[in-house]
Amino acid sequence: MRDFEYAAPASLDEAIELFTGKNGSAKALAGGTDLIDHVRTGRLSPDLIVDIKKISELNILENSSSGFRLGAAVSCNRIYRDETIVSEYSALADSCRIIGGVQIQSRASVGGNLCNSGPAADTTPALIALEATCVIAGPNGTREVAVEDFCTAPGQNVLQSGEILVELKFPPRQENSGSHYRRFIPRYEMDIAVVGVGASVVLDSDRETIVSARIGLGAVAPTPLFAESAGDLLAGMPANDDSIAQAALEAQAAAKPIDDMRGTKEFRVHVTRVLTERVLKAAVARAKGESVEVAIGH
Amino acid sequence: MMAKKRVVTTSINGTETEFLCEPRQTLLEVLRDVLDLTGSKEGCSNGNCGACTVLLNGDPVDSCLVLAVECEGADIETIEGVAPTDGLHRIQDAFLECAALQCGICTPGFIMSAKSLLQQNPSPSEDEIRFYLAGNLCRCTGYDKIVRAVQEAAKAKEEVTA
Repeated sequence: MRDFEYAAPASLDEAIELFTGKNGSAKALAGGTDLIDHVRTGRLSPDLIVDIKKISELNILENSSSGFRLGAAVSCNRIYRDETIVSEYSALADSCRIIGGVQIQSRASVGGNLCNSGPAADTTPALIALEATCVIAGPNGTREVAVEDFCTAPGQNVLQSGEILVELKFPPRQENSGSHYRRFIPRYEMDIAVVGVGASVVLDSDRETIVSARIGLGAVAPTPLFAESAGDLLAGMPANDDSIAQAALEAQAAAKPIDDMRGTKEFRVHVTRVLTERVLKAAVARAKGESVEVAIGH
Repeated sequence: MMAKKRVVTTSINGTETEFLCEPRQTLLEVLRDVLDLTGSKEGCSNGNCGACTVLLNGDPVDSCLVLAVECEGADIETIEGVAPTDGLHRIQDAFLECAALQCGICTPGFIMSAKSLLQQNPSPSEDEIRFYLAGNLCRCTGYDKIVRAVQEAAKAKEEVTA
């Protein structure tokens, strides 16, 4: 592997200072599951690798009345072992359980998955469904960006030189709400989404009517997509199969996939509808307090 | 000028171990080339095959995707630390009994992952075993014998604890 310097700052300020003025020649190391591979293959050639795992803000995993805070460097296995995330932000736990194998899940972070900004990232549609906000720190202070606005193109995002993603903030879980993430892959595990769908729904107190819904789509556009109109369409509708079928059609219309080795455009468009229906049904079931059987690996 | 070597202090298989490494060296390289612990194997070097699996602070990781400098203060368990001094670990026994290996390159990684699985889930279903071991590839056995070996090892534990 190419030669580089290594730093493991203990504070956010120190980290920002290390990145400032480096013009991309410094790279942040969280789980390293993509970074180390990319340095080895020469796809990235940093002169400095900054290990951000020792910074407390990036390791936070905290639930409070103002919502849930997830540090950008928290590993997937810490996320799906967290009871609050499993029960209240289920879509995120669903996505973390199926990224890579257990060795990857021990290291890979949701923040890193987002910063790599791949169109097929599994956790991003879940973050979109759960209305996450990205907290970004840089030389000019801190700013917040809605997660659906974070990725700008394959591998590209809104981070400016010297900025790092610090945490993801989620609004407090609402009563009678539920969420789910699922992807389609031709194998059972260790694969990249052909299509991925995350959805969350909020039901009214009698659990018959949908109050609001959010749907995130992966691998069907140059960036993970927020299918906003499909979620909005469900507001005020009965929580039944007809409503869900209409929303799934609307989500399908938002999908703008390409043909590639994982699937054709036509197939992906079709799967977007089918998967959106299944994921919405599971989210509604969870909102009603029912448990959802998810086959291992799905 | 090359980046300076660092001193890293870890616990490896229960023994405090200090080593010198360059920032660019992976944990796998240090285990094999510096510490002469060659049980962990290099397969793909990109996190697909799991032949280099070790437990880092109790969790299975691909040691080819960990920088050795990251391991300051870490607790590392490798295949060399699995067997008790007077024999083999029950997972190793089960792999032999079930003929769960042919060429053997993937075996240390499978055993580390299986150990982690049985720590968390002492009696896993076949599906759970297959999913947990998905990050370990074997090009010889076709996996069935490996899955059976893990089932046998789980049973052996039940018998011990019963």
